This record gives sequence, C-alpha cells and structure tokens, in this order.
Amino acid sequence: MFTPNPRHEEGLFYLLAAIGGLVSAVGVAAALYMEHFGHVVTGMNNQIVWGLPHVFAIFLIVAASGVLNVASMGSVFGRVLYKPRAPLSGLLGLAMMSGGLAVIMLDLGRADRAMVAATHVNLTSVFGWNMILYPVFYAFVAVYLWTMMERRMNPYSKVAGLATFIWRVVLTSGTGSIFAFLVARQAYGSALLAPMFIIMSFSWGLAVFIVVQATMYAWNGMSLPPLILKRLKNLLATFVAAVLYLTAVLHLVNAYFAKNIAFEFFILFDSEFAGAFWIGQVLIGSLLPLALLFHPATRTKALWVNIAALLVIIGAYFQLHVFIVGGQAFPLDIFPGYEVKSSFFDGAVDHYSASLPEILLAFGGLGIAFTMTTIGVRVLHFLPQDDLADLEAAGSITD
Amino acid sequence: MLRLVCLLLLLAVSPAPTLAHNGDAHPQRTPVPNMATESSGKCVAPPEEMRRNHMEMLKHQRDRTLRSGIRGEPASLNACIECHAGKKTGSVLGKGEFCESCHAYAAVKLDCFECHQPKAGFKAAGVKP
Amino acid sequence: MTAPQSPDSNPRRAFIAAAGAGVAGLGFTAIAPGLHLMAVGEANAATDARKAGTAASSKVRWGLLIDAGKCVPGCTKCIDACHTENGVTEKLPDPRQNSQWIRKIELVERRTGHVTQLPMMCQHCANPPCVDVCPTGASMKRADGIVLVDRHTCIGCRYCMMACPYKARSFVHTPLHEQNPEVPRGQGCVEACTLCVHRVDKGQQPACVESCPEGAMMFGDLNDPASPIAKRIASVPTTQVRADLRLDPGVRYQGI
Repeated sequence: MFTPNPRHEEGLFYLLAAIGGLVSAVGVAAALYMEHFGHVVTGMNNQIVWGLPHVFAIFLIVAASGVLNVASMGSVFGRVLYKPRAPLSGLLGLAMMSGGLAVIMLDLGRADRAMVAATHVNLTSVFGWNMILYPVFYAFVAVYLWTMMERRMNPYSKVAGLATFIWRVVLTSGTGSIFAFLVARQAYGSALLAPMFIIMSFSWGLAVFIVVQATMYAWNGMSLPPLILKRLKNLLATFVAAVLYLTAVLHLVNAYFAKNIAFEFFILFDSEFAGAFWIGQVLIGSLLPLALLFHPATRTKALWVNIAALLVIIGAYFQLHVFIVGGQAFPLDIFPGYEVKSSFFDGAVDHYSASLPEILLAFGGLGIAFTMTTIGVRVLHFLPQDDLADLEAAGSITD
Repeated sequence: MLRLVCLLLLLAVSPAPTLAHNGDAHPQRTPVPNMATESSGKCVAPPEEMRRNHMEMLKHQRDRTLRSGIRGEPASLNACIECHAGKKTGSVLGKGEFCESCHAYAAVKLDCFECHQPKAGFKAAGVKP
Repeated sequence: MTAPQSPDSNPRRAFIAAAGAGVAGLGFTAIAPGLHLMAVGEANAATDARKAGTAASSKVRWGLLIDAGKCVPGCTKCIDACHTENGVTEKLPDPRQNSQWIRKIELVERRTGHVTQLPMMCQHCANPPCVDVCPTGASMKRADGIVLVDRHTCIGCRYCMMACPYKARSFVHTPLHEQNPEVPRGQGCVEACTLCVHRVDKGQQPACVESCPEGAMMFGDLNDPASPIAKRIASVPTTQVRADLRLDPGVRYQGI
C-alpha cells in the first residue's frame, strides 16, 4: 500500500479519531443534559414531537441499510466490481446503524429504560418490530463480514450476503412503515413510504459509500479506476432519479385528494418547509447531482462525482427535515370542514427550531458513525483492492 | 438487582440493633441505613419478607392495579408511604428517610418517585378531597 | 346495579377525605358497594365502586357524552378541575411543552361562521392507534375501555403522540414533584386523560364531568342500556370525532 508520509498519516488518523470521539462524547453529554432537565431544553414540544435528532437518526439508519447495497451487488448479484467493496460497505452499515440507533435511544424520554424496550415488545407496533429488526441487522452484517474477511468462511459469503440483503430490505420497509402506519397525520399514512424508504436508502447509502471510498483512496494516494467511477455514478444517478420520481408521485397523489390540498399547499408553497423542499431536496439534493452525474464536463471527473454524492447527502437531510418536521408542523385535521382554535394550538401551524443540546446530540450520532468507520478502516483491511485485469474481463461482460 | 438481594439478605441476618438504630445512637465504623419506622402500625408482611421481596410485591401489585384495575391490594406503594414517611419531612425520600437511605446504602437506583409522590398525605395544589 | 348520585352531596368523598389518600381505598371499597344514594341530578350518571380485589370488566365500557351546545365560551372549569385533580400544574416558558389533558376547542364553520365550543381530551377509542403503535405495550386499554399509559414501561419515544388523531397526548418535558398521590406522572413519559380512573374505580365521576356548571358532560357505562348515558345516546343524534377513522371513541359529542 502506498503511503506518502507514514508519520503524518498516523498523526492525522489519531487527530480524526480524537475529533470523532469528542463529537460523540459531546453528543452523549448533551443527551445526559436533556435527561436531567427534561425535553424542556429542546425545541421539541407536544405537537412537533420528533425533531432534529430524529432527522439525523433516520438518515443514518436508512443510509446504513442502503450502504450495504454495494455489498449485495457483489455477493448476491455476482458483480465482480462490487466484491472488493463489500467489506467496506458492511463496516459503514454497522457504523451508521450504531450512530443512528444511539441518537434514537438517547433522545427517548426515558433513555435509562433501554432494557424495558428490549424486554417488552408489542408486536403490533412497527417500532416493536424495529426493536427486533435493528439488533438482528447487526448480527447479520457481522456474520457477513466474517464470511468475507475469513478466507475459510468465504464459501458462505454468498448465503450470508443474501440473508443480509433480505433482512435490510425488511428493515428499511420497517423504517418507512413507522410513518406509513400513521393514520392521524396527512403527511404520512401512505403505503408508498415503505418502498420509497428502500429507494432512499439505496441512494443515500451509495452516496455515503462514494464519499467515504473517495476519502480513503485520497488518503492512500490512489485514484478510483474510471470504470468503477462510471458504474457507481450511473447507479447513484438512477437511485436519485427514482427517489425524485417517488417524491413527485407521493405529492401528486396527495394533492389529488381535496382533503389533503391544504397540507400539500402548505408543505410545497406556503411554509418555511417550501424552500427546504424546492431548494434543498429538489435542487441541491436531486437536480444538481443529476446534472453533475450526467454532464459531459463533470461526469468522468472523480471530484465532481464526489461533490454530487455530497449534495445527495445534504439533500437527504433537507428531505427528512421537510418530511418529519414539516409533516408534524401542519395542524391535525380533527374537525374537517371547521376552522379550529384552542389554548393548545389546535389549527395552528407549529414552528420548530432545534436547541443546542439536540443539535449536539444529532451530530453525536454522526460522530459515532465517523469514529467507528475511521478506526475500522485503520485496524482492518477495508480498502477496496481491485484486480484490474479481472475487472476488465468482467466489465466486458457486464458493461 | 442481585446485589440488592444479597445486601438485604446480609442486613436481615445481621443483629437487630444494627438495623434499628442510626449511627448516631451507636457510633459505628460502618454506616447503616435508617430502617426504623416511626409509625406503629403493622406491616403487610414481616420485615425479613419485606426486605427481600418488597420490589416484587410492588411490581406485581402495580401491574394488577394499572393493567387490570384491581384496587385495594395490601402491597400498595401509597400505603407503604403512609406508614414509612418520616415524621419531619413527611416523605420517604431525602437523607435518612426510609426508602432513600436503604437504597443509597445498597446502591440500587430507586425509580418509583420519578412519577409517584413520595410524601404521605400530599395534596397537589387545589386538589379537592 | 347503579346508584345515581350527585357530585355535590356525596358523602363518599367526605369519607375518603377523612380516611386519607393512601390506604383509604382498601377500607372504602369494602364498604362502598353497600351504599346506595338517592338520585339528585339526572345528568350525572352514577356508578358503583368496584369491589377491592376485582378486575375491571369488559362488560363495562366507560364513556362520556358531551353536549357542545351547553359548553359556554370562556369557561374553563373542566380544564381547571382536571388539572387540579391530576396535579397538572407545571407552567413551562414554552406553552407548547406543557401537558394538556383536556382543552377547549372553538370550531368555526367555514361558510357560516357559526361558532361551537367543546372540551377535547383522550377519546378512549375501542381501537386506539396509540396502543397499536406503542413499542413496549405501555400504551394500553383497560378491559372497561379506559386507555392508559403504563408509565412503568413507557420509554418516552412519543410514537403514540404521532399516531393519535386527536392530539390528546402530552409528553412530560420537565421533572415533576407536585404529583397527586393517586395520579403518578413524571418526566420523560407520555400521558393523557385517564378518565380519572382513580375516581371511577371508587365509584366517582371524572373531575371534568363533576365540575361542569352547565351539566354539559355526562359519564357512564355505554354498554349498560339502562344507564342515563346509553339512554341519551340512543335518543339524540351524537357524533364521534373523526368517525371516518373507525376508532370507535368512547367519547361522543352532541350538537356539532
């Protein structure tokens, strides 16, 4: 492996690990602060009950599942190009799932009752399913990583990969169903959300993978073979376009029902979320990346593909913000056909601004995922090692 | 939990004066929890039984009362508080008070009073009888 | 089976006051079934205290009938009574973080501008979404239809608040110390109207029902055809809020 200056490189690693550790520790400290004083120190309230921590956590959980797509392409669908990338994709999956779950669990009103959550499972609840889906995800990915990294276990990696693939499709359906099963609010309660979350996971997971892989290559003074870059960017473009398509369908169907027109008008045009939707989700998160991935001047340049992937990630946060916070900010339609007023803000649009503790907690989740990844790629061999001759042979078949 | 049970067993088999008196009355090197009750009423079970099993009794009672709606069970937290609250503070919580002193001694987290009122006969502001 | 009673001439409560909060239930419930009081107010349905040691029965379905036509603008007696009875006293800087077990809603008909007032609380659905979505089973429905939060197993995830179509649930955003001994509630758990379950089990009415000077609220057993509430529902048109969701709420409204 080529490393320009081992001493600097080692120092940089410790610096990165320390920064990641610090951000994680500050996040946990923020959660303890929230636990001590109560959620009064957050911007969340009785109408917007889920805020920034949930936006970050759901991004991490959804992307964690999607990043495994890279591994599945290799193991399950036999794409040679993706096989050397499978271990890294597994590690990222574990790291992001850990970060996301940590934020969700630490934001609980009674975070000290993790054992209660683990021992009392209501099987009619999607959340209850997730209590099973998420931990088992760890087991699947861990076994899968083992079959890939331990030579004697290699023959089983295809089976393990298939099992992991199926499990994470179910898992992300479960995450989407958290919202799909909500009858009360107009923003949610659509069966489309389950498949949509799966496509979102593909898109966001791949974007994260591209960015992390690029960083690792740059770290080692290597550059990604153009063939691989082309494949990855085409795949990313497909997923981004698919998410955009499903978003359009969701809103169009919703706007077709008279009872939902007011909500659609609110979220798309007449609220603080309209800008986040059009500029953040649509322009930054979808159209701009698509342009970069397809424009002849940028589509072959690793830098621009990486920027496109970064924009997809940023767009994902806007999308979740609009979806989660925006969906709750619109008042419940308890008395359809009436205008309502009350001392408890019925009929009123709510505003949410995250307080410092919840911002720190949210970033703490990123810190956990970052630290785990940084240490993981350092101590184990996760850097994709391509056999170019193999690739070209395979490329001529699969291109 | 296991730790608590062990400690309580230890307390149960140790000589009675250790349990009945504060450190002040009989200065000792080892601090002992204040297990004395100022109320003279009879408990729902003998002290040995209570020390070992009060948590299980309360847990089963709470589930029966809350989930099934069974009222008037002997092992009720409010009934415990009525007898065991300190005369001065009216509470089972606080330094030297019944619940807190022993739980602090056994280093077992006490979670009841995050939600339950620790004071005997407490009336929330303006509550009608 | 039922013994009509009036809230204002209720010797049972005097008895309870004398007996004190904690152990009172024991002695009280042993005596109460023998008590039968004369009817004074028709509006307030009466109930017997359940015998000590017996479980809530699915033969009973507790419910409310609220006459929006009688609800007076500006009056907050039911809210005050509820929040005193249940010790909901915290006043946070951001009022959106305060708990609200019952609230008054003003409805304005969009075309005509006709205004209606009504109190809104947990509707104690027969098919409660909050119970379905709760990951730990803390959100639960008692056999007699009262929907409760088991704070011993509530982890404070707020999924039930996302699921409730009535905005009936609140999350306790701050540590509490002023709880009514009979109404435990605390930081980090979700809560809502309990239909004053601690009073109902003693044969009393929910605090809001008892406090309403207009007699706009009626409490009783929806399953008992002889109960005043069941008779009223059978004789006047009533509305279930968001009936389209088919949650079968135990609270019904008249005059909306």
